[in-house]
Amino acid sequence: MRFITEFRSSELSAGLLSQIRLRSRTPARLMEFCGGHTVAIFKHGIRQVLPATLEMVSGPGCPVCVTANADIDKAIALSQVPGVIITTFGDMLKVPGSRLSLQEAKAGGADVRMVYSTMDAIKIANENADKAIVFLGIGFEATAPTIAASIIQAKERGIDNYYVLSLNKLCPPAIRAILDSGEVRLNGLICPGHVSTVIGSHPWGAIAREYHIPCVISGFEPVDILQCVSMLVAQIEKGEARVEIAYRRGVRPEGNPEAIKLMEMVFEPAPARWRGMGELPASGLKLRREYQQFDAELAFDIIAEPACEPEGCICGDILRGTKVPQDCPLFASTCTPEHPVGPCMVSSEGSCSAHYLYGGSLAG
Amino acid sequence: MQDRILLAHGSGGKLARELVEKSFLRVLANPLLARLDDSAVFDLSGKIAFTTDSHVVSPIFFPGGDIGRLAVCGTVNDLAMSGARPLYLSLALIIEEGLTMSELDRVMASIQKAAEEAGVKIITGDTKVVGRGSADGLFINTTGIGVVPEGVDISGSNARPGDKIVLSGNIGDHSIAVLSKREGLSFATDLKSDCAPLGNLVAEMLAASLSIRCLRDPTRGGLASTLNEIAGQSGVGIRIEEEKIPVREEVLGACEMLGLDPLHLANEGKLVAVVPAQDAEAVLKAMRVNCYGKEAAIVGEVSAEHPGRVVMKTGLGTSRIVDMLVGEPLPRIC
Amino acid sequence: MCLAIPALIKSIDGLEAEAEIGGISRRISLQLTPEARVGDYAIVHTGYAISIMDQEEAEETLKILGEMASLVEESG
Repeated sequence: MRFITEFRSSELSAGLLSQIRLRSRTPARLMEFCGGHTVAIFKHGIRQVLPATLEMVSGPGCPVCVTANADIDKAIALSQVPGVIITTFGDMLKVPGSRLSLQEAKAGGADVRMVYSTMDAIKIANENADKAIVFLGIGFEATAPTIAASIIQAKERGIDNYYVLSLNKLCPPAIRAILDSGEVRLNGLICPGHVSTVIGSHPWGAIAREYHIPCVISGFEPVDILQCVSMLVAQIEKGEARVEIAYRRGVRPEGNPEAIKLMEMVFEPAPARWRGMGELPASGLKLRREYQQFDAELAFDIIAEPACEPEGCICGDILRGTKVPQDCPLFASTCTPEHPVGPCMVSSEGSCSAHYLYGGSLAG
Repeated sequence: MQDRILLAHGSGGKLARELVEKSFLRVLANPLLARLDDSAVFDLSGKIAFTTDSHVVSPIFFPGGDIGRLAVCGTVNDLAMSGARPLYLSLALIIEEGLTMSELDRVMASIQKAAEEAGVKIITGDTKVVGRGSADGLFINTTGIGVVPEGVDISGSNARPGDKIVLSGNIGDHSIAVLSKREGLSFATDLKSDCAPLGNLVAEMLAASLSIRCLRDPTRGGLASTLNEIAGQSGVGIRIEEEKIPVREEVLGACEMLGLDPLHLANEGKLVAVVPAQDAEAVLKAMRVNCYGKEAAIVGEVSAEHPGRVVMKTGLGTSRIVDMLVGEPLPRIC
Repeated sequence: MCLAIPALIKSIDGLEAEAEIGGISRRISLQLTPEARVGDYAIVHTGYAISIMDQEEAEETLKILGEMASLVEESG
């Protein structure tokens, strides 16, 4: 597959690895923020081959994992409203809320349908004029413009039975919160690839300057990740702290202005609840007044019982990078992919899931 | 005859009898079935293999097959995976009220075709009809009987360190073919399900080596789950190489798009064999001559290390654990 | 947030296109990339092109990394 296979080349990877091993002298802790990077790193066994000077820690970049229980409960409450069809990305189906997951709600009779795209949700809205189709908006800045686009489409086409529950979040505020807390000492950031495709490199440039930490934007194939690590190491060894784009084929400094425009047309920043980090100002997206007819929060009376967190679950600490899955008393005993307690084990991008499935006794 | 199945078709009266004669007997024509006794009675000697399966796939017609073919092949293959020669099948249908006759006839024709190819006879059956909404169109249960030849001892607990792991061909075709038709995921592909009866393939493999240790068809849960089962049952480790596993480009493309792992996808016409190292080449050669084994490949071996675990060497040369599938493989956006 | 793949745009119909990856094709939206042309590789996330891949940059990166890899090999 073009532009995928070439970036999985073992020769190119070997070359980059040698470069990393040659250059890396200073012990450094690198955080990958994006859940997709977490999975890629584990899938390709990248931790195993990095030199001992480099430690990798995962951040809260899995949109499912950072969705607060109370918000999942909202989605489930919506699924119980008669005449509502919930459309959602597959990632959300198995995540347990305070009491139920969407999959369990579906087994109980709720109309919950998995879709790959908001385009499919709009199609379902068109085909079910007598129902209310609520789309669960999760994801960061790569996904938010696609949801915005669907709302704009719905407005243009006069589709009046399409709603979005906006649980979308923004990356830079979360990274700042982690850096501000000082809980984890970080020496470099592996910045999200497809979020940056939309928002460009300037937000990371600001973070690099303000916190004096190297930021390199990475793609998702092994060659991409190793190239990113190599560039981070180069900066660390030289004491530099700036933003660089390793994923040059996918990210431009200005990002995608059209996508940003549509996102800003439909959404405005709002405070949002992050699992493990509490409420962060201006870290979520809310529908603007001009589009409030599509806002599920306003259209429906969402009555959810008070949220409760699962006892013993330390997903919050894991998401902030202060603990690893093995620190959790529930990991691999009570909490497994078959019977997940917290979202970090459910989501294929969650740290716990990645450690459990790919790490095991061979984890680097 | 009505053009849709009604509740009355399942209630044992005249309408039911008409259905049996027109839609079943005529298509599945064989003397044992034609007797329409409450049980089929026949002589059989030797070591008997006996298996049952229920089939609930939706949609019931998919590229490359349908629930009928799936049912026959599924049960034939379960028998074949014990090394048995498949002989007889039972066929029980649970039909949703409202299924059209033409859909039923299509499924029956497919069942007959698959049975013929597999060399099995369907000798007893049952029909029930349930109300609308209770059965996704059609559910099928098949039970199969076969005979295991002398000298054949195949079991998931037989794998030993040093044995080779042989895979009969491309993985993931069935899952992706079926997924491509699912609402909310629709993408276009020429990919067809690989649904196929493997009785003959197994017979030819056994002719090349009677010492085959294990045979399994990686259906739900995919290759990953199958290998984990064998590793667990035999108390051994299994090491496979990513580069050696045959996967079609279309399957890779769909997996990339949806965030799926080919190792977790269901296959309906493939098998995994654990073969003593010295016989592996001979078995491979025999497989490649069969139409269902053309892309057969040795993908790994059994190890004494990490018992119960399956480890894969990635394209990068690193290792990662391959775990069993948990639940259904769900497409993801992240 | 991240799963996006490069897919070849085979045909365009207004703000939608047929895109193909490894023999699989799917209708995608070009609302976020109205500048897309047939023959471009779109980076597709949840059915939308979020960017058009810069093929030159891709080739350039591969070239540079390839040169580095051979240098490393030579030096043993």
